[in-house]
Amino acid sequence: MSTEPEWNRKDLVGIEDLSREELEMIYAKAEELKPTLKRSQKKQPILRGYTVVNLFMEPSTRTRLAFEIAATRLSADVITVSGNASSLVKGESLRDTAMNIQALNADIIIMRHSAAGSARYLSRCIDIPVINAGDGAHEHPTQALLDTFTLREKLGKDLRGVKVTILGDILFSRVARSNIWALRKLGAEVTLAGPSTLVPKQFEHFGVTVIHDLREALRDADAVMLLRIQHERQSSTHFPSLGEYTSMFGLNEKRANWLKPGAIIMHPGPINRGVELDSVLADSKRSVILEQVTNGIAVRMAVLYLCAHYAAKHRLA
Amino acid sequence: MSVVWIKNGRVIDPANQRDEIGDVYAVDGKIVESLSSQQKQQAETFDAQGLTVSPGFIDLHCHLREPGDRHKETIASGSRAAAKGGFTTVLCMSNTKPPADSVGAIRQIVDLIDRDSIINVLPTGCLTMNREGKALAPIGSLKQAGAVAISDGGHCVQNNEIMRRGVEYASMFDLVVLDHCEDANQTDGCVMNEGLWALRLGLRGMPSAAEDIMVSRNVILSSHYGARIHLQHISSAYAVDVIRRAKQRGVKITAEATPHHISLTEASLKDYNTSFKVVPPLRTEADRQALIEGLMDGTIDCIATAHAPHTEIEKDKEFDYAPFGMNGLETALSVCLDTLVRSKLVDLSTLIGYLTHRAAAVLNLDCGTLSPGTSADVTIFDPEESWQVTPDTLASLSHNSPWLNLTLRGKVKATYYAGKRVYPFAD
Repeated sequence: MSTEPEWNRKDLVGIEDLSREELEMIYAKAEELKPTLKRSQKKQPILRGYTVVNLFMEPSTRTRLAFEIAATRLSADVITVSGNASSLVKGESLRDTAMNIQALNADIIIMRHSAAGSARYLSRCIDIPVINAGDGAHEHPTQALLDTFTLREKLGKDLRGVKVTILGDILFSRVARSNIWALRKLGAEVTLAGPSTLVPKQFEHFGVTVIHDLREALRDADAVMLLRIQHERQSSTHFPSLGEYTSMFGLNEKRANWLKPGAIIMHPGPINRGVELDSVLADSKRSVILEQVTNGIAVRMAVLYLCAHYAAKHRLA
Repeated sequence: MSVVWIKNGRVIDPANQRDEIGDVYAVDGKIVESLSSQQKQQAETFDAQGLTVSPGFIDLHCHLREPGDRHKETIASGSRAAAKGGFTTVLCMSNTKPPADSVGAIRQIVDLIDRDSIINVLPTGCLTMNREGKALAPIGSLKQAGAVAISDGGHCVQNNEIMRRGVEYASMFDLVVLDHCEDANQTDGCVMNEGLWALRLGLRGMPSAAEDIMVSRNVILSSHYGARIHLQHISSAYAVDVIRRAKQRGVKITAEATPHHISLTEASLKDYNTSFKVVPPLRTEADRQALIEGLMDGTIDCIATAHAPHTEIEKDKEFDYAPFGMNGLETALSVCLDTLVRSKLVDLSTLIGYLTHRAAAVLNLDCGTLSPGTSADVTIFDPEESWQVTPDTLASLSHNSPWLNLTLRGKVKATYYAGKRVYPFAD
């Protein structure tokens, strides 16, 4: 007799913590929920009566909206607090802010924060589930989940042996880190590409290949994930200029021809059109960028469902 | 006349090559060779059977936070923490508020020490005004006011011209300049060691090159101008090698290592525990091993704690926002016993040397031995007794110890400063 695998986590802090089985559980739930997005009556009564607080200490459009929509589709009440409108600007500590949100009977906190490790810290401060919507350069687990979910749709559910190249600013990227863990756990082969100052060779200790030659990095890829150059995060010393970056590592139509015919182009957004990705390519047939965005609702619904279900079972709220 | 008779301990006095079961005597605050029968009758005795009796420990590097940050530590609480850790002489760093860059500031610290300290606390004066690395502090006047060494305490002078003039000027007064070796351009915004763990955790990493470059700079300045520079809390293997080669060439440079850098690595940061956030950062196992080798072959002169107290509220934050520094005075002995002695790397006498006369030699201090005629500074400890590190067992006002809630082995039983028992505390 086979028993259904069970989700045993209060929080989703990072992909590094998850097993392959846990990833599969999230995909299965997301697959089950995705068709509901197309219905005219989109709401599911799954989280009716729940209060979900979106605590966004850093700017975000896609992730914040996708979480709001995901929670709304599940019939939860959603409240979004942005950093500059919270008492954190008055000097309140993150612990106090979170404990107050818990005391206001919130059931789940979703947090975006500029400091790496803050999601784990928050998860230890409070009893209710914490979902990491990006913590500094550490992890952005739901982005990796929607990226790999999209890859499974496009390239088949078994990603073993699939070659994925992540191109750009890896050093400062939480998206890259979460994707490295997810793709390695799913058996994909990962190549990191970009300037040596943003893609240090030491990443190879995590079971990936580092290449600084763009043609070589693109040649065998089944998918290429572009990352935004986060010029607001890095000091001026990591590369000479955006123009230099584009001329050395920007993906344009000519370089896209180095890709295999069926290879797809992904980007977590926001895109700097004309910097890391040529505008024409962003809108081309290879691009699955907007499908990624839509899948972001389904995987976030799945994550909200699983963590809320765990909390309800253990009466954490 | 006050007489102290410490009996039947294992007396270890590395400077005098003494390691035997025996007694230690003090009369009116000084060590004496023997007591007369009349003195023996009136002596305050301490039965040290089964315990180790050593010269009082010396710490060339601690932050006692007063004046300015009395919520973290005071001269009073810091000196008690020192006594509890077996230290009888400590050098307090100049990064107080206001910084110790004026005669008035040094006088205030000296007055606080006279009033509140239960051990020998020695003040450090700033090398530059407001520790900004721009203009030299009145170094000669600071010495006259009571500073025994010069340092920008936690800041490294970045301008090589200022540093050159500073060490050259300080050497006129026989003052050693203590430098926190860090190229600040390379560490701006960084919170841990650069390497695998920083990549994994998504935290910004300080390369060891930031330390190595400033260590090399100081070797060059010391070599060119004959100035005495002491390199604080060395943490990188490459820096150890630079110092070793410099010493082989006869450069008059000295160096210290901390208990935390010889016992912990960057892997301790895996859970973003801010108690492990320190600068220079905990580095790799290879660096840790190199520091121990450096101690063992004399490249590194001594152990210093870099005791840097911060309150729980200050440390209970997102990792990026918590301050750097660890509490260290009370755990130093236990941690070093574990790391160096119980691991059979060095014998107990050698470890005591790192904590006593070798530290004294860096600043030419008249302590760190049990030689007759010197101040009767004596530490008595049980190398095996276990104790738990808790907020209640620490005398420091702050509890930011990486060993908090752990059980350590090696406990100070009594500390004498100038012939007076200062630990266990009188009150």
